Amino acid sequence: MQKSTNRLDNIPDAWQFGQNLNQQPDSAGHFGDYGGSYVSETLMASLDELKKSYLRWRQDPEFVRRFARDLKDYVGRPSPLYEARRLSESIGGARIILKREDLNHTGAHKINNTVGQALLAEFMGKKRVIAETGAGQHGVATATIAARLGLECVVYMGEVDIQRQAINVFRMRLLGAQVRSVDSGSKTLKDAMNEALRDWVTNVDDTFYVIGTVAGPHPYPMLVRDFNSVIGRESREQMQQQYDGLPDALVACVGGGSNAMGLFYPFINDPDVAMYGVEAGGEGTDGTQHAASLGGGRPGVLHGSRTYLLDDDAGQIRETHSVSAGLDYPGVGPEHSWLKDSGRAHYVSVTDQEALQAFHQLTRLEGILPALESAHAIAYATRLAATMSPEQTILVNLSGRGDKDVHTVAALEGIEV
Amino acid sequence: MSRIAACYAACAEARRSVLIPFITAGDGGADKTLSAMQALVRHGADIIELGMPFSDPMADGPVIQKACERAIAAGMTLRGVLELVREFRRGDQSTPIVLMGYMNPIERYGHNEFARDAAEAGVDGVLLVDCPPEEAESIQAILASQQIDQIFLIAPTSTEQRIASICAMSSGFVYYVSLKGVTGAASLDQAALAQPVASLRQHTRLPVAVGFGIKSPVDAVTVAAHADAVVIGSALVECLRQADDVAVAAADFLRPIRAALDDRAAAVTA
Repeated sequence: MQKSTNRLDNIPDAWQFGQNLNQQPDSAGHFGDYGGSYVSETLMASLDELKKSYLRWRQDPEFVRRFARDLKDYVGRPSPLYEARRLSESIGGARIILKREDLNHTGAHKINNTVGQALLAEFMGKKRVIAETGAGQHGVATATIAARLGLECVVYMGEVDIQRQAINVFRMRLLGAQVRSVDSGSKTLKDAMNEALRDWVTNVDDTFYVIGTVAGPHPYPMLVRDFNSVIGRESREQMQQQYDGLPDALVACVGGGSNAMGLFYPFINDPDVAMYGVEAGGEGTDGTQHAASLGGGRPGVLHGSRTYLLDDDAGQIRETHSVSAGLDYPGVGPEHSWLKDSGRAHYVSVTDQEALQAFHQLTRLEGILPALESAHAIAYATRLAATMSPEQTILVNLSGRGDKDVHTVAALEGIEV
Repeated sequence: MSRIAACYAACAEARRSVLIPFITAGDGGADKTLSAMQALVRHGADIIELGMPFSDPMADGPVIQKACERAIAAGMTLRGVLELVREFRRGDQSTPIVLMGYMNPIERYGHNEFARDAAEAGVDGVLLVDCPPEEAESIQAILASQQIDQIFLIAPTSTEQRIASICAMSSGFVYYVSLKGVTGAASLDQAALAQPVASLRQHTRLPVAVGFGIKSPVDAVTVAAHADAVVIGSALVECLRQADDVAVAAADFLRPIRAALDDRAAAVTA
């Protein structure tokens, strides 16, 4: 029997990554007016090293082969498309098709990126990885791959999030990661990211910072997008094979925006495919209890890049609110800011209430518990489907599964589990 | 000549190490900051570095993070910082003021408006921690048009090539970060100071300040052996936080450091 070879042509096209489809960002990491590297000088040399390493290794057959193999054998890719027929019929509009990222190992799209970045850490000879996490999904995904590769792993998590996501905290500890509680600022994701940046500045020689979304300084928005673009590449192929054409619309939730970017990017040059990013409207975007940076914010500088963000009149970053911890972030990836201004993608929001309804709807009609993050995308997709015809298709990124959220949902509904 | 250049020139002439205390504006309220600034000048400060509080100070250690939180809670804004400088200038026309902080409050204020108002208030230099030279072109030109120096950081990780380009962009002075880490971190590594400071002097004739991790008179003397200026921040901020009378506390904190620096200078001269 022939053993697998190192040859690139054995790798399905869907696992190729790092092709620059739209010439963004430029060499300094700018997406139009957005992005860049707004960090202290101490990190600049490391960011440069990371960029050079990434540009080198992404063309290296051994790196690409190992990434592809991990996506297949460890993550369980390709993830299937599933047509939500009962959900679609209940609305009576376009056909809603789900990209099942919830079926990945660890239960969300986050693992695509951590597998890629941890492999990069290994190729760069870094022995220690750090990460920030909000809902805990990225922390779990990082702890998982760190366990697999034998890397030391420290995860920063806001004190408030630690209380909200106790199960994920325990999962990370089981995986051998050290979870460090962050009690500064609002004690949530943004503060965890500050603390991870402080760790990196201090341990810059031996540490690799695994950022969990398409935010942060260059080259992170680019490389996190590239590692997650497997979602869109697969979807494109699967739509062509199973539905004889591309979808009419893509829908994905946007916190930092990594699952949306991963889905959107391979469709960027398909002008007939509309793109909708769904932000967390919380208790409504006319007040302050939401996390819709693109819909309710303005350009500023946060966590290393220029991007839309939520701040007050003095430029202090605002505390945000969403029922979903993974969307509860006052900034957004700079490429989304650029896609918004250029009009290529549309950004909308749904409220906590609508997301919770969609959570129940999908669970009862299709037997799929979506993550509360992904439930935002489902909620908007049902709204959109009602305006479209049954010949049209909407592809929704079901970015994660909802098991982690059952306690939150129960508590909101006054049920003791 | 700018206040910063005049200050360095006068100190060089007098063989005096330039002492730059840092405090967060509005920590404990604007009045406390003003009386602390005045006391610091009376007891040996040559330049005052004033922190512009920001909600997400990613390059700062816990002491300055908490100081930012207290200042914001007490209502301090960038507009308030400039008002404080204006107030200080009523009684002090000569001590240079350098504002240190992060980009976003200035984004919100507007680059042009900020430069104009800062110059009018009497600000001499601006150090934006999260604005490396790569992103500084536009704001530097705007600050320069108001005769405000943009101070840049140089870190132990900066490559030779970066050091050269940062020095080329700098005016006023250059600020060498003495350690890999955040403000107020562990402690000064004296052995690691001589070589980098000497090598960055090959790229610039501007004065060199050293900061991060300097806590005591002993640390200050160590730094003064290599640098023109010594920056002390977190240790002072922590000391003032605990004080009942910030003017007294500021004086008590700074006096021994000034004395140690002056003793060293006298010993070297003799």
